[in-house]
Parts: sequence; structure tokens; C-alpha cells
Amino acid sequence: MKTQLRRRAGSVALIVGFFLFWEFACVAFGIKDLVLPRPSQIIVTLIDRLPAIWPHAVQTLYTTMVGFGLGIFFGVLIGVTIGSSRLAYDTAYPLLVGFSSIPKVAVVPIFVLWFGAGTVPAVLTAMILCIFPIVVNVATGLATTEPELEDVMRALKASKLDILFNVGLPRAMPYFFASLKVAITQAFVGTVIAETVASNRGIGNLMMIASSSFDVPLVFAGLLILAALGVALYLIFSFIESRVTGWTRRQDEFAVG
Amino acid sequence: MMHAPLEQIATADPPPLQPIVHLEGVTHTYGRLTRTVTALDRTDLKIFEGDFVALVGPSGCGKSTILKLITGLITASSGYVFVGGREVGAAPVRVGMAFQNPTMLPWLTLRDNVMLPLKIVPPFRQEYRRKRKGEFRDRVEALLAQVGLAGFSDKYPWQLSGGMLQRASLCRALIHEPQLLMLDEPFGALDQFTREELWSVMQDLWISRKPTVVLVTHDLKEAAYLANRICVMQARPGRIIDDNEVPFARPRTVAMTYEPTFVSLTQRLRELIVAASPPKEVTP
Repeated sequence: MKTQLRRRAGSVALIVGFFLFWEFACVAFGIKDLVLPRPSQIIVTLIDRLPAIWPHAVQTLYTTMVGFGLGIFFGVLIGVTIGSSRLAYDTAYPLLVGFSSIPKVAVVPIFVLWFGAGTVPAVLTAMILCIFPIVVNVATGLATTEPELEDVMRALKASKLDILFNVGLPRAMPYFFASLKVAITQAFVGTVIAETVASNRGIGNLMMIASSSFDVPLVFAGLLILAALGVALYLIFSFIESRVTGWTRRQDEFAVG
Repeated sequence: MMHAPLEQIATADPPPLQPIVHLEGVTHTYGRLTRTVTALDRTDLKIFEGDFVALVGPSGCGKSTILKLITGLITASSGYVFVGGREVGAAPVRVGMAFQNPTMLPWLTLRDNVMLPLKIVPPFRQEYRRKRKGEFRDRVEALLAQVGLAGFSDKYPWQLSGGMLQRASLCRALIHEPQLLMLDEPFGALDQFTREELWSVMQDLWISRKPTVVLVTHDLKEAAYLANRICVMQARPGRIIDDNEVPFARPRTVAMTYEPTFVSLTQRLRELIVAASPPKEVTP
């Protein structure tokens, strides 16, 4: 408990220290706003222009969540299909690796070509960026299920579906949640890329416009918003993870025996 | 309790007893093409209802293979496996199985682990949603109490010791009242005292419920303590070379295992197995 508290205090101190260093370095070396604004300036900009920024933040969050939701749905579906048989796993893996190694920025123009600029390509980009870690982790979680655990079910003449729902999926849950933490940040990356390239709304678009008019504090305000949203969602999924997959952290509670 | 020789039971006048398990000329080979190992070679075995049979033998003699064949975890390369008068896949017989490792699902509490068969096996699965919090729950608690685990049902597997998990594993194998109970070296990984205690627990469970039990074990004392009938197997190829009744009265005690008749029985089994063991060879 004490070490945990100390670790927390340490990371808070590091974050605060980072911003303080930034602030003082800007003042001490006389760095111009145009190059690197001070954190205090960024926060003032953020508060002053919140009414203008807010709709963009909501748009980005909305796009990301829709893309993330679709990514989870299709990711789990594909992951379960691939993970539930050795043959499918071995067959599909090379193709998956091939798809995942395509730089995702490169597909945004294709989506724009198909669906026009706006929300749809952003949602799709968010989805394809976050789908891969989910597929791989769910498939790996299923494929590495201990055969002994499956034997328990097979001895009871359980159907494949029974085994999937009672052993496979619970067993894959820790892998799934680990992937969600990666996937949610990836989804943000996808949304912002697409917004930067082809959209008239969203934080990505806001930052594009701000930078082209040299409104650097606003660019950084956008970054701050993105960081805050990313951290918030990461924390939410970490919390859900710890509730659902607490059994993996078997700690020092070896009470009896 | 003395048992009549099997032939008499089998040929007795009405009703002609059907064996609950019947292996007929069963051969099973592992591996493919040139690198095959015959784990079991043209084996015949009949097991009658309510019996307690132990399979002993050197490692690699196909003891576990017989269990897996009866449970349907693997399919025989040739020959027939009948359970409850039907071929093994179609058998309407409820089977419970306990493994050498407790194999508890780590994300479930002890109660939910033990309740798992009720969720899967008919006719219980139809009633599972309705009775999960009532009748089934009481049944799990009662069974856990019977093996000395009262008050532990809310614990997770990693909070318990190996011996406790193995008790829970027995409960899981028994909760759905199987007609056939398969035990694959369930006490093998335990210390001497825990093992002897669990023998007694197992014997009580068998006396009170009378399932048909097939026990695979390396421990001759365990076989002689628990079983009504001991089949000795040889390795490569796996075959049953000796099949005998165990004459001791029940309930048996650990003290009995030091009596001369008991010792001479295990001694005889030991000699059979040593003679049946394949010559030592260095495996790569």
C-alpha cells in the first residue's frame, strides 16, 4: 500500500515537474510563442476559446468512439473466428500481418475517394487502426487456452459453443482488455489523421487551420485536449479491466495452505 | 464386502447384467506414419455398474488412454468402446472426471467451478438459470462441506492450496451425479498425509453415492485401498495382464494398509509391474 502511494506521488511529481520545466525553460531561454508557447499560455488559450474548441472536441470524441466501437465488434468477431481453430490461425495470420503493415495514413485518401470528406472516413480510419491489436490479442488468447481446461469441458460433452463461452472467452478477456488500452489510443490517432487530411470538423482539422494561421497556442491547446481525452479513455478501460480480469493478478493473497 | 468373480455376474440368470463400460478389441496408436506408438493393443475390458476399478502399470502403458477413450476425449484407432450399451459418443451416461491437476477455472470462485457441470450437462442445464441461486447452490455447499471445504466457496482457486483444490476437483467431478467417475491420478501431486486423507474422503463418497469408478494411479497402496478390482497393465504395447478382486472389507483404513495381507497384495502387484516394465532405454 505504501509503495503504491509513493509510486503515485512520484508520477504526479514527474508530470508537474515536466510542465514547470517547460514553463521555466521557455522564460529562461526566451523562446517565442510562435515556436513553443508556455503551458500557462496554452491553458489560458484553452479556457478563452473553449466555446470554439468544444464542438471540435466532441466531434473527435464521437468519431473515435464510433470507430472504436466498430473496431471492437469486428475485431472480436474476426479474433474469435481466427482463434478458435489452429488452421484458421495459421492461415489468416500472414494476411493480417500484411494488412497491419500498411501505413494507415495511406488509406485515408481511398476512404475519402469512396465516401467523401467528413465523418465517415475518420470513423473508418479509427476503426482500421484499432482493429488489429484487438484481433491479434483475442485470437492469441483463444489459441493459447490450456488444453487441460478444454478437456474439463469436453469430458462433460460440452459443445464447441459451450467451451467458447465458458472457457475460451473468459480466458481471452485479459488479452482483450490489454488490447483495448492500445486500441483506444490508436483510434484517436486514426481519427486525427483523417480529420487533418480530409474533414472540416474535429480537433485534427482545428489544429490544421490554427497552424496554417500561425496560431501556435491553439495548436497546442488542441494537443492538450487530445492528450486529456486519450488519458481519460485509457483510465476508463484500465478500470473496467481491473474489475473484469482481477483474477489474473494473484498477488500476495496466498492466504491459506 | 466380497465380490463374486466377474464371469459369474456376467452369466448370472435374469437379469443379464450389461457392463456400463465395455472395451472390445480396442487398439489406440499415437503419432503418424512411421513414428507411431501403440499405447493400447487389442484390449478387452468390462466394467460393471457400481464397481471401483483401478488401473495400474508402468508409465506409458495406456492407463490414461483407456480413461480418455471412455470419456470420449479421444477416439480409438480400432475396436469398439461401449458406454452404457451404446458407442461412446452417443452414450446417455453422465461422466465425471478428475485430473491429476485440479484444472480449476481461475476466473471463477470455488462454488462456480464446482457448479460448472450443472451448467453444461443435461438435464441440469435446462434448470441452471432457475436453480443456480437456490437448490444447486445448496447442493454445491453440501458437497464441499462433505470434503471439508465448508466456508471456502467464495474463494478463488489461487487462494487455496493444492490439496484443497484437489478436493474441489473431486466435488466438480461428482456434482452432477455421474454414473461413471473417471479419476486420472487425482492424488498424484499431493503429499503423503493429504493423499491418505483424500483416500478416506473418496471412499466415503463412493460408499454414499455408489458411482462406477475407474481410477488410474501409480500408487499401488492407493489402488489396493480404494478399489474393488485392480487391472495391471504392461507397456509397449499396452495390455491388461492381470485382473483381480481386492478382498478387503470396507470401510478400509490407513492402518489396514500395514497388515500382512495388504502388504503381500501390493507386493505381488509390484512384482507384476516390474516384470511388465519395458527394458530401460535412453530416449532422445
